[in-house]
Amino acid sequence: MTRHTLSVLVENKPGVLVRIAGLFARRNFNIESLAVGPTEHEEISRITIVVNCEEHPLEQVTKQLNKLINVLKIVELEPGSTVQRELILIKVRADAESRSRVLEAVNLFRAKVVDVALDVITVEATGNREKLDALIKVLEPFGIKELVQSGMVAIGRGGRSITDRALRPVERSA
Amino acid sequence: MTEQMTGRNGPAGTERPAGADPRTAGPSGPSPRDLAARSPHHPSARAAEQPRPAENAPAAPAPAAPAPAVPAQASPAQGVGAEPPRAHVTSPGKVRATGAQALVYALERVGADVVFGIPGGAVLPAYDPLLDSKIIRHILVRHEQGAGHAATGYAQATGRIGVCMATSGPGATNLVTPIADAYMDSVPIVAITGQVPSSLIGTDGFQEADISGITIPITKHNFLVTKPEDIARTIGEAFHVASTGRPGPVLVDIAKDALQAMTDFSWPVPFELPGYHPVTRPHARQVREAARLITESRRPVLYVGGGVIKARAAGQLRELAELTGIPVVTTLMARGAFPDRHPQHMGMPGMHGTVAAVGALQQADLLIALGTRFDDRVTGKLDTFAPGALIVHADIDPAEISKNRRADVPIVGDCREVIADLVAAVEAEHEQGHRPDLAAWRAQLDSLRATYPLGYDQPDDGTLAPQYVIERIGKIAGPEAVYVAGVGQHQMWAAQFIDYENPGTWINSGGLGTMGFAVPAAMGAKTGRPDATVWAIDGDGCFQMTNQELATCAIEGIPIKVAIINNGSLGMVRQWQTLFYNERYSNTDLHRTAERKLTGTRIPDFVKLAEAYGCEGIRCEEAADVDKAIDRAMAIDDRPVVVDFIVHRDAMVWPMVAAGTSNNDIKFARGLAPDWGGQSE
Repeated sequence: MTRHTLSVLVENKPGVLVRIAGLFARRNFNIESLAVGPTEHEEISRITIVVNCEEHPLEQVTKQLNKLINVLKIVELEPGSTVQRELILIKVRADAESRSRVLEAVNLFRAKVVDVALDVITVEATGNREKLDALIKVLEPFGIKELVQSGMVAIGRGGRSITDRALRPVERSA
Repeated sequence: MTEQMTGRNGPAGTERPAGADPRTAGPSGPSPRDLAARSPHHPSARAAEQPRPAENAPAAPAPAAPAPAVPAQASPAQGVGAEPPRAHVTSPGKVRATGAQALVYALERVGADVVFGIPGGAVLPAYDPLLDSKIIRHILVRHEQGAGHAATGYAQATGRIGVCMATSGPGATNLVTPIADAYMDSVPIVAITGQVPSSLIGTDGFQEADISGITIPITKHNFLVTKPEDIARTIGEAFHVASTGRPGPVLVDIAKDALQAMTDFSWPVPFELPGYHPVTRPHARQVREAARLITESRRPVLYVGGGVIKARAAGQLRELAELTGIPVVTTLMARGAFPDRHPQHMGMPGMHGTVAAVGALQQADLLIALGTRFDDRVTGKLDTFAPGALIVHADIDPAEISKNRRADVPIVGDCREVIADLVAAVEAEHEQGHRPDLAAWRAQLDSLRATYPLGYDQPDDGTLAPQYVIERIGKIAGPEAVYVAGVGQHQMWAAQFIDYENPGTWINSGGLGTMGFAVPAAMGAKTGRPDATVWAIDGDGCFQMTNQELATCAIEGIPIKVAIINNGSLGMVRQWQTLFYNERYSNTDLHRTAERKLTGTRIPDFVKLAEAYGCEGIRCEEAADVDKAIDRAMAIDDRPVVVDFIVHRDAMVWPMVAAGTSNNDIKFARGLAPDWGGQSE
């Protein structure tokens, strides 16, 4: 099983996200993470989905997604040709004794401290999956109190845009 | 019009007009026959009707569309409340109308001529302008499930889009089963449901149900409309989506306030479906590659599915089959796509298919799969299905190709275009001298067909053989009749023992297998094809689920014929219990007499029930009476006929490929497998 990142362009309408999530659920495809937000086009939203599956099911996922009327375009974003980022917020224990070591680790990862309490600091970090996994591993020995991850977003390298011609105008009426 | 007024479970104390107390009406009141004759849709009334008024004809999609005619809104006040608003022209090309009027105008213009439905509170505003429509006939059914199956039967019989309508809440949820059924069999229907006013959505309002959410997984698409100006466009889009590409059910949920508010109606309205682009034109290179494989293979089979019928490609299929001499199998959804009596027809494949058809698929070196989806009922255990075959798979839905079995030559397109292009490409190959000799393959399959024909045993207790009954109905009513089945043993026998020569003459619930499909679907089929003889072949279990639509048929003048294959059991389940559960018949007995010492032939007595519904009821228990009963049913055309055939309880459907087993292990009788003669791989 390999991890695949799909960028799905959809119409910016209510209920579209539930159609996509429902499709994955009932076809038994496992969503590892999902991030959704607006794009440079007012009518288009972008959903970035990370699935963990084999090649053939991925082909089926894509074809089934394409059948949804609100889906405009699907692009698989390969790790080699895209920039992939996630945001993570970690509450890690840091009392007077351990704080300096925690901060040292935070700086090594070029992460930021966004909140400080008596025995806890909250760290914010962005990066690809590997970097964030490494950060978590380093902070684990100090004691992680709480952890929230945003889900991955990705964009292709180079000058092309996947939203080009996603809204193909077709003259059709009853 | 108050919020509480509904067409179902109305508030207590609803007044009846004085003097119409049904308890005092005498037995000599108007019979259903008289009511049917008075109906404006009865054949006798049609001659007196005016021809359809030209000014209300649906506008053709021409660029210079004339302004829609100003509909006459001189209807008297309906029900409680003020006179409905009158429509008037505001500017050329636009009419000022309520959302409800816009809905009806839009339906007229997309070509809807029949709507099956039941009104209710949320959808009531739509029913008012419906009364004035000169184009749309609304048929009031007895259960919304009946409306949904009727729309499906209508669509399957005519190739047009079936339309059903219901109110919010329970009305809408009663449509869920027929919508799921249409989804599984790719039938184009549009279901229109009322919804609570948009301000009440999400507040658990009276008769509120999130039918859009509920039907997401079982519709091709659905729409929730909360603004009156969106109604007309949405109807156009719904009909477009339902009928193009792979057909399927579309639901349009309209909030009550949208129906009541005023808007501007104009037609045609441009669609806003940027994400919908069905591909119908096949790729030329794929077609050529398929033709090459076809003319190289020594053991090819044309594996024909329901898509060929939906594409109206029976003519093209026959041309291809006769050009190549390739044997043909037609799935349960494709019966009639290729004439049963044609020498190249090996029969129906699948769990209850013929030995020749199943053998053909298993031993083929090339499957030309047209408009079919390699369903588990046909393939049996997937990894043992057609082990030696290359696959050419043509379908309009790209997601079906390589879903269950990898296609060597995938072709996305409409079957009519694909097969026509294949004919041309194969002819080109033939001209180059590529023409395989299929004589040995044909002889092999003809021998299988002759050695293992479809057949049945005469019951040794003297009771009627259900297969015989169905066979005789098929022979007497003939290949021009339309046959509609329920689900179960009788469905399999109807698929096996009737000769189908024409597409659109066999209608059943294949994918979902919905018991209770037959009667309402037959009603829909007869409505769409009033000049055809329509026979519903139903089981006694199925019949009890939806038989209330017989009342609709009697009153609306829809004279279907129903054959109840009455074995007092849930026959197919009983068969499985016989074969796999040691004859432990758990809850499949619909009529236990022994313990309770019940008298009479059955509960209910279907003949009495039929008569209660205004139909002709006939009982038949002897083989000698079968033809007579069928002839009598055929002779009656002014009311529905129900024939209660009391049949042998332990009749079995053969052949059978047990669930989860390989097609190679097909049995043509209990414990008896065909001798493949060392031919299987």
